[in-house]
Amino acid sequence: MASSATKRTRPQSPNIQIYRPQLTSVLSIANRISGVLLSIYAVGLVAWLSAVVAGPQVYSTALVFIRSWVGQILLLGCTFSFFLHLCGGIRHLIWDAGYGFELRTIYASGWTVVAAASALTAIVWITGAASSGQGP
Amino acid sequence: MNKERLRSPLGRALGLGSAKDGVEQWWLQRVTAVALVPLTMWFLVSILVHMSSDYSAVVAWLRTPAVTVLMVLLLIGLFYHTALGLQVVIEDYVHSGRKFAALAGMRLVCFSLAVAGILAILRTAFVG
Repeated sequence: MASSATKRTRPQSPNIQIYRPQLTSVLSIANRISGVLLSIYAVGLVAWLSAVVAGPQVYSTALVFIRSWVGQILLLGCTFSFFLHLCGGIRHLIWDAGYGFELRTIYASGWTVVAAASALTAIVWITGAASSGQGP
Repeated sequence: MNKERLRSPLGRALGLGSAKDGVEQWWLQRVTAVALVPLTMWFLVSILVHMSSDYSAVVAWLRTPAVTVLMVLLLIGLFYHTALGLQVVIEDYVHSGRKFAALAGMRLVCFSLAVAGILAILRTAFVG
């Protein structure tokens, strides 16, 4: 930007903090935050694959961490972030196709995303617990 | 001719036109998103199925030709989508001279992780 000698202060739009959080804005930033979190979890996926290559001893050490309470909490966060981003992403794709822009529809799809992400996370963890005796 | 008329006087004076490829990243973000829906769901179900499997069973699973292919596709789609998404986040929040470094560093990390992951799968499938 070219700046002249006398720098005039430009009018600014209000900062985001003064707005009351709404479902629409919360889900918007949640999709972004879950995306960033999943980027970090993607490092874990590569680490897991590297542990497989490293051999059974390294792999069993990795499993000990995954099955520890820290690992389980991280995995639970990963599962919920994944489903939130998946459902939120599908909502975005529907918007991209040109549908669902009425205010009522936007709130309906928003609550659907929250409910579906929670339900799918619960289903995965209940299935996981049932098939292994402990969490996935 | 029509194009020139649509340009603002300032735009014409500065010689700035459309970059012609602005939609590319937006579009690829959607393409990778659609590709990742079945790939990630397949991976999640596979992990649930193999949760109580031991090491040799996991290796045998990764060596299945279809699984090797799908895992490589998953990693390509995942890190492509990740790089495009993080790029938008960086462009929105990081300004000044740090933006270039952040973008370059992020792409380097994404590319390296994709290569490391793909090599790990291929080594599991073909070596040892």
